[in-house]
Amino acid sequence: MVTPLFFLFAGLSIACAISLVYHKNPLYSAISLVGVFISLACIYITLAAPFIAAVQVLVYAGAIMVLVLFVIMLLNLDEDKPLTQLRYLYAVGAVFGVTLLAQTFFIFYAVSKTPNTSIPNTESGLTMSIGKAMYTEYLLPVEIVGIMLLMAIVGSVIMSRHLSQTQIELVKAKEDFEAFQERNDY
Amino acid sequence: MEQVIKTVFPIVILFTGATIAFGAVMGIVAYTVLAERKVLGWLQGRIGPNRVGPWGVLQPFADLFKFIFKEDIAPDKSTKFVYYLAPIVAVTAALIPMVVYPFGPDITSVDWSFLPFGLGDGVKRLPLAIAQIDVAVLFVLGVTSVGVYGIALAGWSSNSKYSLMGGLRSSAQMISYELAMGASVLGVVMLAGSLNLTDIIHAQMNSPFRWFIIPQFIGFMVFLISAFAETNRVPFDLPEAETELVAGFHTEYSALKFALFFMAEYVNMFTVSVMCVTLFLGGWYVPGLSHIFPAGSIPYAAVSVGAFFLKIFAFLFFYIWVRGTLPRFRFDQLMNFGWKFLLPVAIANVVLTIVAIWLWNVL
Repeated sequence: MVTPLFFLFAGLSIACAISLVYHKNPLYSAISLVGVFISLACIYITLAAPFIAAVQVLVYAGAIMVLVLFVIMLLNLDEDKPLTQLRYLYAVGAVFGVTLLAQTFFIFYAVSKTPNTSIPNTESGLTMSIGKAMYTEYLLPVEIVGIMLLMAIVGSVIMSRHLSQTQIELVKAKEDFEAFQERNDY
Repeated sequence: MEQVIKTVFPIVILFTGATIAFGAVMGIVAYTVLAERKVLGWLQGRIGPNRVGPWGVLQPFADLFKFIFKEDIAPDKSTKFVYYLAPIVAVTAALIPMVVYPFGPDITSVDWSFLPFGLGDGVKRLPLAIAQIDVAVLFVLGVTSVGVYGIALAGWSSNSKYSLMGGLRSSAQMISYELAMGASVLGVVMLAGSLNLTDIIHAQMNSPFRWFIIPQFIGFMVFLISAFAETNRVPFDLPEAETELVAGFHTEYSALKFALFFMAEYVNMFTVSVMCVTLFLGGWYVPGLSHIFPAGSIPYAAVSVGAFFLKIFAFLFFYIWVRGTLPRFRFDQLMNFGWKFLLPVAIANVVLTIVAIWLWNVL
């Protein structure tokens, strides 16, 4: 039952990935990427990891890609922009592709060499066991990732405002003044 | 032969259940539209539709046939593939969460051994839900968030300024209020200790408060307000602000494609009502019912299912009532309210709940 489903969703995700690279219009690429994410979520479900699947859809398909779509729609990029200035990217892409392919074959090799002894634990993909592992055994990495994400949020806010320190102080003073005016109005 | 039947039978049962649930949801959705027109009529001192069938009860079918027989128009400069894809995405994402709705309690009193080929052997319970998955709450939030694509793509592919503005507004609104909604659910999840909707109902049965609306009133209010925003309903129906945007993201849509968007909106209303009832109002649980009928018997299940739908109808009525009463927000007010008030309140509720649970366990 699981094997045909795996091939269905694996094929779907590969097809979406090819269409992601193939399309020149960034909006079509973004839609294809959403397709890849959703097919991956379905594969996670067949691998008995429902939590990862739900989070995959919620975070990647539901939040991040919507923002990407937003940016594409607002910028309204030209469809037929020539790629002449970006030729060196083909080389970079080839290097990355070969590396990933080598890695994949290495994983296949490693898995085929490992004796398949233990029956996979069906409990391990459930929310309770993931939570327990995250907040006991792997607490430090989780905390570090949390701090890094917080830094990224603060950094993006600062960068999006494009302000120097004196300008920030000016904005603050202006806001204070407006608040003061508003208080006096009522 | 017997082996084949034994393999196929559970799948057939699942499909039957899914079909019944789909029919029930679509019927309720069709009559919510009629109820909306009727109740709005009464609220505004009108009669409402009363020509098609006695008391207007056949109006939904008349509307449906009208949508089907209208000419299917696509704007000249639209991006055709995406233009046709958008309503399909919207309605699919709205319908999928149906698989995890807990419609009623498990029926455990029936002896299934009368079934041929030994199909009923060892079957102890018949759950009144299509699937009781471990991450149901996240599943519903995730799948409904995919519905944003339907609206955003509809706005973009129509190649019209009104549509684009409506699509952008509505996706911005839905992303913003999704956060508050997710954070408001956390309190309930912590009290229940599970993301499974059936487990959450059982946790409410065993808690001293019976319904989680009592310990989680702040969470309930935040959830209710963001539910209105998520479904693009009054007072948060900015995407369809007709004085500014004609009809928002579906300005260029006609015939059955428009009907799909319309349907998606009402199915989403139904979904948030189910979530609200299940998380905060005990779902199908009726306090004290197990003293009248034994738990797990058929009458117990029937009354529970009735109570579940009654609570949902109350919510849908509330939606319509609010629509007839409140004016619309301005867009900046909406964004400020979502980010600067609702989200901090929801996070404060989470912290409060953590402290309360800790104190409860310590004392």
